[in-house]
Amino acid sequence: MKKCKRITKLVVLLMMVLLSAGFAFAGDLDVFKGEKQGLKISGGTAHIPVMEEAAKRIMSFNPDIQITIAGGGSGAGIKQVGEGLVNIGNSGRKATDEEIAKYGLVTHMWAIDGVSAVVSPKNKVKSLTKEQLQNIYSGKITQWKDLGGEDRAINMYTRDETSGTREVFWEKGLNKGDISGKANVVASNGAMKSAVANDPYAVGYMSVGYLDESVAPVTLEGVIPSIATVKSGEYKVSRGLYSNTKGEATGIVKKFIDYLSSAEGKKIVVEKGFIPAE
Amino acid sequence: MDFQDRFFRSLFLGASALSALVTVAVLCFMVLLCLPVLKLDFIRHVLTAPWSPGQGQFGILPMMAGTICIAFLSLVISFPISLGCSFFIEILKPKGKGNLLKKLVQFMTAIPTVIYGFVGVFLLVPFIREIFAYGSGMCILSASLMLGLLISPTLILFFSQSFSRVPQSYLNAVDALGGTTWQKLYHVILPHAWKGMLTGIVLAFGRAMGDTLIALMISGNAVVMPSSLLDSARTLTAHIALIFAADFDSMEFKILFISGIVLYMMTSLGILFTRGLDRKGPA
Repeated sequence: MKKCKRITKLVVLLMMVLLSAGFAFAGDLDVFKGEKQGLKISGGTAHIPVMEEAAKRIMSFNPDIQITIAGGGSGAGIKQVGEGLVNIGNSGRKATDEEIAKYGLVTHMWAIDGVSAVVSPKNKVKSLTKEQLQNIYSGKITQWKDLGGEDRAINMYTRDETSGTREVFWEKGLNKGDISGKANVVASNGAMKSAVANDPYAVGYMSVGYLDESVAPVTLEGVIPSIATVKSGEYKVSRGLYSNTKGEATGIVKKFIDYLSSAEGKKIVVEKGFIPAE
Repeated sequence: MDFQDRFFRSLFLGASALSALVTVAVLCFMVLLCLPVLKLDFIRHVLTAPWSPGQGQFGILPMMAGTICIAFLSLVISFPISLGCSFFIEILKPKGKGNLLKKLVQFMTAIPTVIYGFVGVFLLVPFIREIFAYGSGMCILSASLMLGLLISPTLILFFSQSFSRVPQSYLNAVDALGGTTWQKLYHVILPHAWKGMLTGIVLAFGRAMGDTLIALMISGNAVVMPSSLLDSARTLTAHIALIFAADFDSMEFKILFISGIVLYMMTSLGILFTRGLDRKGPA
């Protein structure tokens, strides 16, 4: 009898431990309990990996919530949230004062990201000065040979005009220098990665969070773009990742944005290659 | 019975009137939205200036050139292949093989464009880049090859259909006269099937002109006037897709409607031109 009691006690204790562990794990998700609303997100493509992971966790915690995530670029994110088409419009640049005034936007920065020039891992040229980069994009340098690489023409890749990544790269990487009309144009960070990864003579630029072994980051002025150098401030072509709402966020929208800055949200941000905003 | 007749007659009339009306309404809608910017010197600007929104230049001539080049070239690539395929299927009729090919072509119509785009990016683009050792491989040629593949089922199915409508007695007559297969094709089948083939060409041309995804994914989307088939180019459809995210009030956004009208008119002109050939028959 006594033994039996002890086992019962042990089981109860074990269950309590397990339960509390469960609570601690789900802690940041608890606020989503009982929510039934849908949530529509669109805009910046750099944000997508974090958005998808957050959405996956929220939706598996509470299957009644439906979160849809679309790309489109920063311009689309700001426009669509302003027009009320989505609840959250992401942008990889700060919304302009005009945009904020016109749509009554409230911006939330939840991560810091860098924009890195990238080449194919097969390319010998992996370090450039800012001037060289400007000359490549303005069309003054057209051959890899002139930079110590192979005897092939440089294939430039850029993003469309509404991209926040392009805006930041143009402003801080190229010091607002020209981007030649001859550059190939791709529509997202993902498309940029597959274009550059497949083209040994390519040069492009993309979010530091998207870097992996399929592309090689270009050391700019002696600083290699990475989470560490962006965080320390050494690598200067950096930016915030924003989620914008029309007016103050309420209800599930607020909960989602708060979740991105919660302990678990920050963990996702780090996992996906960005730096959580303080 | 009479009532039923009239009911269905008006139902079908209504359906066709509605679809015709929508086509016209789309044009009116675009013209209306364009009106504020449709001024003579602005039209001249759009047709001559380069595309450089940063410098206040909004020319779409390079995109018009890109659209025409890609659509036309894809038709040029696809036409002989489709002609050969449908001749093989309908006239040579090898047992088993012909039917299999036909089933395959029918299956091809169901493949979504994005798949062609993917294949283009990962297989065709690197191939073109290496074979010509020029540029990025994202160019007019790559896009046209892929689009040619996309529109070939349309052509093949229309061609086959028109070939099968050529009366068997005519074909027998050619055989009886000792005509060669080539003579059969050139003197009997083509003149007879020409009208149906033209319908297929019109549809395929419209599809090539209107396709967005393939051009967006593999033509490179550069905004300057292409000077060779291996140059990156942007089509009007890809242009619309790329700048659609711009601010509603911006000039870029207004240009969307002008691009739309231009595309509409170019497709209409293409169709009218092809229909014009209808009267003449093959040369």
